[in-house]
Amino acid sequence: MELLDVSLVNWSRAQFTLTAMYHWIFVPLTLGLGVIQAIMETIYYRTGDEKWKKATKFWMTLFGVNFAIGVATGIILEFEFGTNWSNYSWFVGDIFGAPLAIEGILAFFMEATFISIMFFGWNKVSKGFHLTSTWLTILGATLSAFWILVANAWMQHPVGMEFNPDTVRNEMVSFWQVLSPFAWNKFLHTVISSWIVGALFTLGVSAWFLIKKRDTDFAMKSIKVAAVFGLVASILTALTGDGSATNVAKHQPMKLAAMEGLYKGQKGAELVAIGVLRSDVQLNDTSDAFLFKIGIPKALSLLAFNDLNAYVPGINDIVNGGYVAHKTSQTALSFDEKKLRGNLALKSLADYRKAVAEKNDSAATASRATLMANYDYFGYGYLDKPEETVPRVPLIFYSFHLMVILGTFFIALFGIFTFLSFKSRFNFENGRWLLYIALWSIPLGFIASQLGWIVAEVGRQPWAIQDVLPVKASVSAISAMSVKITFFLFLTLFSALLLAEVRIMLKQIKKGPSQEH
Amino acid sequence: MLNKIFNLYRDGFRNMTVGRTLWAIVLLKLFIMFAILKVFFFPNFLNSKFKSNSEKAAYVREQLIDKSH
Repeated sequence: MELLDVSLVNWSRAQFTLTAMYHWIFVPLTLGLGVIQAIMETIYYRTGDEKWKKATKFWMTLFGVNFAIGVATGIILEFEFGTNWSNYSWFVGDIFGAPLAIEGILAFFMEATFISIMFFGWNKVSKGFHLTSTWLTILGATLSAFWILVANAWMQHPVGMEFNPDTVRNEMVSFWQVLSPFAWNKFLHTVISSWIVGALFTLGVSAWFLIKKRDTDFAMKSIKVAAVFGLVASILTALTGDGSATNVAKHQPMKLAAMEGLYKGQKGAELVAIGVLRSDVQLNDTSDAFLFKIGIPKALSLLAFNDLNAYVPGINDIVNGGYVAHKTSQTALSFDEKKLRGNLALKSLADYRKAVAEKNDSAATASRATLMANYDYFGYGYLDKPEETVPRVPLIFYSFHLMVILGTFFIALFGIFTFLSFKSRFNFENGRWLLYIALWSIPLGFIASQLGWIVAEVGRQPWAIQDVLPVKASVSAISAMSVKITFFLFLTLFSALLLAEVRIMLKQIKKGPSQEH
Repeated sequence: MLNKIFNLYRDGFRNMTVGRTLWAIVLLKLFIMFAILKVFFFPNFLNSKFKSNSEKAAYVREQLIDKSH
């Protein structure tokens, strides 16, 4: 591993993290607010009540601000793939190419066409056509997210492809396998949790109007929609989160163990509700990893495998192997065994190259066969020691638990607001503190959404593609300095965009729904 | 039909308020991204070094094998 520039890997990783996290500030709000404005317009379409039209137009303006500032920020990630991650991009090109091409076409044609009708078409097209355009705009945005998430899910659970040592690419053999249950669940969990961000934003901004005693009828109407929508989204997010845990348990057991700070596997494993991890825990440490914890007996086994007594492997077990994975007859391999296979796969690739150059067909065939037989562990050939397979446990553990705590809080918050907003005569005058909670909950949705990505992405380290390609083998041979420079360029650009978004948003919110935007 | 579509866009752009600011930001952002960042800072690494796919494949293969040592 001496050949690898650690600084280059870390700066490339930091730059990708920065751009992805900034990009993900805009995306969930677009997805969530888009559905809320469409629901409001649907109510307007059905009732003909002009107040709903006014409410729709107000939220649509804020949607437009967010959409305009956020649009194309994701393209920077594609720039980075081509420049900083060329090994990775080439290696996965065929798998990523199809979903991203579909995403590009859908994003352009659906969003670009219908968003203009949505904004310019009031009183120009029929109410029904306008409503359809509003729904198709958000459907287009959601479908864009779908293909990106399919590509991401493939990196977490690479299926439906075959590695071609001639082209050095993973070539798609089954599009339907790429659309795995892992991908569907990732899509549902990510998109539905984004709805929460939109609902919290609508709830919080509406609460601000009530605090200011302005546009109260509009604010109450908006609260009703946001609260019910947010409650449904929060419950569905919890359910799809359960699906995510099941998928992670099956395909990324190390991530699950890190999420729970589980070092030693257990049958009927408990779920840590609240806990504080020791900072000095080492691999194969047999003492308790927690300074303090409150656990729910058997809940982790239930969550992961829908079986109260299922065995959940810990970090030590995954490294040492030798356990039988739940509902399979396969004994898990140890790190050393996987490393051996990874080394063999990499050596076979080198042998294949040599055999092809020497036009030795039989040797090439034999090397190719060995490579394919061990390809599932290809990435282990790049790792030196078992510690490298363990992600940053405290970061993942706390991110996961904070996300779950926030998710539980959102269910309670939306539940209370749903109950109170539909209660006759209740106008929040007696519960202004609730309005402040709603207002200050706006950033919590963004935080929870980012935490989810931290769990998903930090949790799969060291892998760019699970078990097949580690991050450190994915980078281009470029100078770390150039990555540092572009890191700070992006930091400046995205911060300027975010500031612009906040300023314009605040200005439009202060104008209120009664004024033209 | 085409006339109606033209009028929709023409009137829409004419009557924009906050939209003018947003369009300015979008265009400026796209200019920075595509005319500056992409051109000067983000060349496609493999395309800038190699012409054919077989050359790119050979290079990546070397890289993958070398990085394992």
